Order: sequence, then structure tokens, then C-alpha cells
Amino acid sequence: MVIAIGFEGSANKLGIGIVKDGEVLSNCRRTYITPPGEGFLPRETAQHHRENALTILKEALEEAKVNPQDIDVVCYTKGPGMGAPLVSTSVVALTVAQLWNKPVIGVNHCIGHIEMGRLITGADNPTVLYVSGGNTQVIAYSRRRYRIFGETIDIAVGNCLDRFARVLKLSNDPSPGYNIEQMAKKGKKLLKMPYVVKGMDVSFSGILSFMEERAPSLLESGEYTAEDLCFSLQENIFAMLVETTERAMAHCESSEVLIVGGVGCNLRLQEMMGIMCKERKAKLFATDDRFCIDNGAMIAHAGLEMFRHGWKTPWKETTCTQRYRTDEVEVTWRGKLSLN
Amino acid sequence: MASDLEGFELFKQGAEGRLYKGTYLGRPAVVKERFKKFYRHPDLDEHLTKERMKAEARAIVRSKTAGVRTPCVYLVDFEKRRIYMEEIQNSTTVKKFINDTINNFSEEESFQKILPAATEIGMIVGKLHANNIIHGDLTTSNMLLTYCKEGKIRITLIDFGLSHVENSAEDKGVDLYVLERALLSTHSNAENLFPLILQAYKKFNVKDSKLVLVKLEEVRARGRKRTMVG
Repeated sequence: MVIAIGFEGSANKLGIGIVKDGEVLSNCRRTYITPPGEGFLPRETAQHHRENALTILKEALEEAKVNPQDIDVVCYTKGPGMGAPLVSTSVVALTVAQLWNKPVIGVNHCIGHIEMGRLITGADNPTVLYVSGGNTQVIAYSRRRYRIFGETIDIAVGNCLDRFARVLKLSNDPSPGYNIEQMAKKGKKLLKMPYVVKGMDVSFSGILSFMEERAPSLLESGEYTAEDLCFSLQENIFAMLVETTERAMAHCESSEVLIVGGVGCNLRLQEMMGIMCKERKAKLFATDDRFCIDNGAMIAHAGLEMFRHGWKTPWKETTCTQRYRTDEVEVTWRGKLSLN
Repeated sequence: MASDLEGFELFKQGAEGRLYKGTYLGRPAVVKERFKKFYRHPDLDEHLTKERMKAEARAIVRSKTAGVRTPCVYLVDFEKRRIYMEEIQNSTTVKKFINDTINNFSEEESFQKILPAATEIGMIVGKLHANNIIHGDLTTSNMLLTYCKEGKIRITLIDFGLSHVENSAEDKGVDLYVLERALLSTHSNAENLFPLILQAYKKFNVKDSKLVLVKLEEVRARGRKRTMVG
């Protein structure tokens, strides 16, 4: 029996979770919410994490009914993410590791999402679509790495949605993406906009500029409603994601898809992916907001898998990094499945 | 199943549509049907499908003129979203060829066997780019390999749905980058493979290969979240 605690703070969510051999004992979270029209900045976000860390830590321990002595390993997000929030969260993790005298593991954030998705849904060897505010990647496992088949060549899909929400001055509570999703349900008229797929890669920055430029006049003239614009944006960018995922699946001859990351809890995206899967006789796996959105349990779970396979991060290497690619980590805890 | 495609048999569902095999006017043919994708908005689906069918038919003809082996287009049916083309008989994908070779032969032997294929790929992409054709989805699944009588290999390029005509080094660089990434994620010996491809590429795209390779370096550095020093 191994118990792991995970600290996640790579963006505006601060999460601390405790996991015992694949069972989530607690998964507490606070989100730093900014006023409508504004994004979150590193300094203020880090401050939010510092202010809330101890409260959430207590909550997580109480909910899990675990004493610090029972914990075997302390896991934290090493990257990728925003520098200041990452560091402020890792400081808490490293401090408790010292106090409790426990080993530490620095976890790749993206790997955390993938492993948590696999655990919760039971997907065995899926093609993974990882979509969030900071990442957009189509990933498949091969030869001990999570290999990136396609990705955004500029901004992440969640970033495109968040920033469009700012144009419309939508609330950031609970998240801008959620509010776009609700508006989109009432939209009907499709606006034609750039559709940018390059092989298995996608690009969103041009679409965002297009929308930022045209939205005010389209709304003013009454040609399109705000709901129509949310609808059009979602339809267009989600179609790009589903298409590239399908390309990767065809190339790898895969019959499972797993969606992870904050944008992954968008039900329209899940619905579209589901239809594509049905057309190919493939199976879709998705999770809800508890595990899609950044959380501590996913870091604990991925760290626990690593710990079991002999990983420990030497004290001198317990740093953070803003750039940390999914394919940099050797996945020693999975078999040597090949693509064929 | 398309009931009006008499005598044709579904044999594969690719990323872009369903593929049927049969005979068209007495010739072995493949029908690529870009069936309606119900996951996307019907207007968007209609628009994309038309664009890609046009792109595919055009690029196939252009590539042929450029001396790149492609299937012949027999018929384009916009109404039914189908392209009828020549079937490349007795072919395997280059992807399968490379992986089978690696699995069945020693490192040295497989290198010798794969070398001609790598040279051929470099030549094909070089010729395309020299004629300003951007394929848009260069992967080893989109290259079909056949043997001629003397045992020499031939590669036929397919799947031109994302192609366009453009003379900028940027687009050519991205095209090569797509190929490199596809190789890295599919083949364990890709590190050796890509330089061989580039060698041949330079010979067949004399005009602007220098510029394109500089761009390729730029595009590589652009990938998100790459570790950077300094």
C-alpha cells in the first residue's frame, strides 16, 4: 500500500489531493477568479496560491483521514506552467516533505492529466487529446514515451476561448470556457472563420485575431448575437481538434480516445468526439470537471506510479520549469507497447 | 455502406473518409468517399469537403506533371463526395515496410534495405517543393510502396486533401517538419532516417532547398514548451 499527496499549482487552480493505490482519498481545490474581461497574471496567482495553500492542505488531510506519517511520497508539479504559481506551490510541497521527512517526486503536469484520465476511465492504450488553457496536444504512447503527434503551433485552445470570453466580458466564474459553452447552446447562426489544420497540428491565434477584430462590429450591427459567436467559435475549433485526433487515430490504428484537460469537460467537445468515434467504431473516454480540470490527485497518482517504479527526485533537482514537454519523460511504469 | 457503389468493397476507413476497392471502366480502382462527418456543423462540413476534394484532384494532377508518382484520377463526383482513382496494386504503406524491416532484420541490414526508400521519399518531396506543391500531411501512412520487376522499389504519394500551391520557404519548411514529426512518432530509427531523406531532397529541390532547410530549423525551434538554454 502506497499513499501519495500531490500539489498542483501550475496555473490559476491550486489543488492538493491524496491518493492510495489508485483510490482518490481527497481532492481539494481553489480557483483564482479574476473580474470579467481580465486574465490571471503570474504574480497575483502565486499570491492566491500562497494564501490558500495551508487551508487546502488541512482540508485534504482531514478529508482523506490520513496522518502525515502515513504518507509515503510527496509529489508536486514540476512544470509546464506559469513560473511564479509553480514555485509558490512547490515551496509548500518541499517544506512539508522536509517536515515529514518524506521523499519527493517532481511530476510533469501533462503526464498527470493522462495517467489520471486512464485511471478514472479505465482506458488502456488510448490516443489522448489534451486540451486546456496552456496546452493542446494529440498524444499516443509508443516505445516508453507519450509521443506528441499533433499540437498547437501557437496558443492553446483554452487560451483562445478564455481570451474570446474577455472580448464579450463574460464572467470568469466558474471558468470562462464554461460560460462560453452555456452561451453557445443558444447560438444558431454559423460565422465562417479560418479553419487551420496543418497535418496533425492546429493553430488558433489567427482565429482569435479574426474574432477579436470582427466581434464588436458584428454584434453592433445585430448580424450575429453573442450566443451565435460563441457557438461558431466552438463549432469551428472543436471540429479542428476532432479532425486532428482522427488523423492520429488512423495513423496509429488506434480505437480508443481519451480527452483530458480543462477544455475536456466541455460537453459539446465530448459529443463531437463521440460521434467521430462511433463513425470509426472506436471508444471515447472522458471525465468530468473533478478530474479534467487541474487537480492535486492527478499529480499524486502519476507520482505514485513513478514512485512504485523507483523514481525519486534528488533534492538538488527539485526545481520547477515553465517548459517541460510531455515527451521528455521516460514512461517506465507502462509496458513497451509498440504502434503496430 | 454505399449501396450504389456496385461491385465496390469497403476496405479501409482512413482519417478523411472511407475507401472502397473495385473496378471502374475495366480498371482496378479505389473510391475515396468523404462521407458526411456528423460531428461537425453541416455548412462547415460541406465547405471543407469541397475544398479538400478540389485540392486533392488538383494536386494529384500537378504532382504528376512534376514527375511524382500518384494514382490517376478517373472521376470526381462532388454530389456524392467521391473521387475515383487508380488502385495501386500489391502495395504496402511505407510505414509498414519500415516497421517490418526493422523488426525482421539486423540494424545494418535494415539500414541497407530502408536506404532506397528514404532516398525515394527525399526525391518525391524535393520534386513537389521544386514545383511549389505543399502536400500538407506527409506521413509514412500516405506513401505506398510497390516493387518493380527488377526488385527496385517505387513509392506512390497519396492523400492530398490538405495540399496547396505556395512558393514560400516557410510552408515548405513546415511540410518537412510535419514529415519529421510523423517519422519520430512512428519509427524507432527515425533519427537516422530523416537526414537521409534530406540528402536526397537537396538534390531534387536545388532551387530553394538551402532556404527551406534554414526555415525548417526555425520551425523546429518554434514547437511549444521546448527546453531552451539561455
